[in-house]
Amino acid sequence: MSTRKLPLGAVSLVLAFGAGAALADGPNLGKPISPAELAPWDITIMPDGTGLPAGSGTPAQGAPVYAQKCAACHGENGRGGGIAAGVIGGPPRATLDGGKTIPNFWPYATTVFDFIRRAMPYQQPGSLTNQEVYALTAYILAGNKLIAENDVMDAQTLPKVKMPNRDNFIIRFPERI
Amino acid sequence: MASKQSSRRSQEPEVVAGNGLPDRRALLGRGIMFAGTMGTGLGGSLTGAAAEPLVDGPWSNEVGAVIQPYQTASRFEKNVVRTVDNPDNVPRNSRARTPHQLLNGIITPNGLHFTICHGGVPDIDPDQHRLVIHGLVKRPLVFTLDALARYPMVSRIGFVECGGNSAPLFSNIALQENVQALHGLASCAEWSGVLLSTLLEEAGIDPKAKWMICEGADSPRLHRSVPLAKGLDDAMVALYQNGERIQPGQGYPMRLWLPGYEGNMNVKYLRRVMLTEEPAMSVYESRTYSQILPNGKAYRFYFLQEVKSFISRPSHGLALREPGIYEISGVAYSGTGRITKVMVSADGGQSWAQAALQDPVLPKAFTRFRMPWRWDGGPAILQSRAWDEGGNFQPTRADFVAMRGQTTRPPPVTGFPSQHFNAITSWAVDAKGEVKHVYA
Amino acid sequence: MSMRKTLAAAVLLVLAPGMTFAEPPGLGRPIGEADVKGWDITILPDGTNLPPGSGTPAQGAPIYAQKCAVCHGENATGGRNAGLVGNPPLAAGGIEANKTIANFWANATTLFDFIRRAMPWTQPRTLTDNEVYALTAYILALNKLIGENDVMDAQTLPKVKMPNRDNFIVRFPDRI
Repeated sequence: MSTRKLPLGAVSLVLAFGAGAALADGPNLGKPISPAELAPWDITIMPDGTGLPAGSGTPAQGAPVYAQKCAACHGENGRGGGIAAGVIGGPPRATLDGGKTIPNFWPYATTVFDFIRRAMPYQQPGSLTNQEVYALTAYILAGNKLIAENDVMDAQTLPKVKMPNRDNFIIRFPERI
Repeated sequence: MASKQSSRRSQEPEVVAGNGLPDRRALLGRGIMFAGTMGTGLGGSLTGAAAEPLVDGPWSNEVGAVIQPYQTASRFEKNVVRTVDNPDNVPRNSRARTPHQLLNGIITPNGLHFTICHGGVPDIDPDQHRLVIHGLVKRPLVFTLDALARYPMVSRIGFVECGGNSAPLFSNIALQENVQALHGLASCAEWSGVLLSTLLEEAGIDPKAKWMICEGADSPRLHRSVPLAKGLDDAMVALYQNGERIQPGQGYPMRLWLPGYEGNMNVKYLRRVMLTEEPAMSVYESRTYSQILPNGKAYRFYFLQEVKSFISRPSHGLALREPGIYEISGVAYSGTGRITKVMVSADGGQSWAQAALQDPVLPKAFTRFRMPWRWDGGPAILQSRAWDEGGNFQPTRADFVAMRGQTTRPPPVTGFPSQHFNAITSWAVDAKGEVKHVYA
Repeated sequence: MSMRKTLAAAVLLVLAPGMTFAEPPGLGRPIGEADVKGWDITILPDGTNLPPGSGTPAQGAPIYAQKCAVCHGENATGGRNAGLVGNPPLAAGGIEANKTIANFWANATTLFDFIRRAMPWTQPRTLTDNEVYALTAYILALNKLIGENDVMDAQTLPKVKMPNRDNFIVRFPDRI
């Protein structure tokens, strides 16, 4: 993919470099970047906890954040019914008629953290602090009885949360991995 | 000019094709080594600056816009448009030229396909439009669009080119214009429709018929005489362009498509096909599409768009910022059939290397060619030259002018001193990276 | 890859890719030449399809002044649009020479055909056939291709000999 820059006031387009798929010795125009510079975009949380930031939160700390920033779409009790899906409760099993929930389906608790942090709230993604994300994660996990009311979620404890449906997955085409 | 069959894949062959072209046949997706470049850092960023810290753009922190029913390009691409040379629709031809320098691949998007309208763009009601086939036929017939929709159809990718495309190169002095202004009256699309032969056979062809007079429903009722042989070969009543119904600028609700033949003959707004023994000698084939020769005579019935190629980047208007590796790329095509070979030169034709042809290579369609090039910062003249499966190849400009002449003074760039120019195009890169149009 | 679906009530054959019709749908409707007539405006060089009517240069002059001069100039030497009179020698003009009716066009019938189907630019098909004959005569006379008193009609027009008629070369004769 080539990009173009238009110099202010200039008539000509400046040609930037294409990917040059045909070259082992390519244009070599990538600039080195350090982990510190990458950090703002380095938001992937792996199931084993790699990438989890510093910070922590409890269900009690999450409740007021949820009420203020999440309930409008996800419902007062996390049961959904508004614009967005429920995050607490739901049927014991998912079927083709619906009903995939965090407790009955998601294999990893880290996914809750990852997704809230990158994408929520819907209209202001990226606006929550890491503390708030840990707190909301704890609130939702506790609401689903996957952790206890007093448990603290942080970079060590969150990856250890065992999700009930974790071992029910079959890789469809193992040779494609 | 023949590429060496090198078995020395693990070594670095010398760059023998002059001025930065690899002395190998360029291949897509394979490595090509340039001598003396490993580890020198040459070609990397010369600014030396490290990357800047990443931040989220505002677009990542707010919900995006609503999805459009008919999708359009980003506002940051608003310069990717056709140039229109009759914006006030005064009583003369209007032409819109494709911005080849800003496109890739071989398919021209519908909104960017070139067009020439001889009486503005008509607003035709498809329910009232009809196609009549009459004259030297056994059964004169009229077709509605509903009827045509039930016929077996074919889809085919192919170019349409105005006979006058590239006419600015008849100028005795190279005009400083970009590839859109010089070669913008050619485009390529996938056309779907009913083969005209199917309809002609339904009408029953009188053995005396030799020509078809094809006429459109636009205000000048543009008409051209087309050999019946072409009508029975691969002529199409085209209804779809790149999957959607053709747009009014391209002939809605139907146009005649004659793969590889002069654009003007691909009658838009087709309403009538009359079979005759003789051509009608319409004004378009009597005056416009008839090319004066240096000896005072003139060609007529040129029909064929001959083999041609041009480099779309780098080209005039696209300056090179710094020395290093670039991809020379452009399109090649021929009304005769498939492109078999495109050679590229960086030294004005003194030496050549063979470019890679991007799949698919289709007859009478654009073929994208690609060639890696190392620009060392010095002067260079870039050229492409194409061969087709009929053994035809692009002449040098000197050879072409010897046969067809050139103007005695530079014409306006939107003028047409003559037609059917298909010689080599040359772009000169100077030490500042500016690209000029030159004759070489 | 072919598919067959058998329905309870009927057997439905679904068309497989690559299968062609033994014969096409045959959905063209017959149309008589009388109904085609409204569109049948092609004038062939031998005069076929020239309509009844006639006109002289004198009859053409006032029509020209009223309907054509605004674009083509009072003396038909051009204005906003192309001139209609003039006979510069082709050879002197090089390959970009000005092609005119007198120095280039092979057939006088082309002039009648084009005026009748396309002119005036903003109101095509508003001229009567007599007006078209008259304008054709007027322009041919201005170009000294016919006499001032000659009458143009379906018989005389195809006989007008155009000076450049024999100077054309068919580029690819085997494609005709």
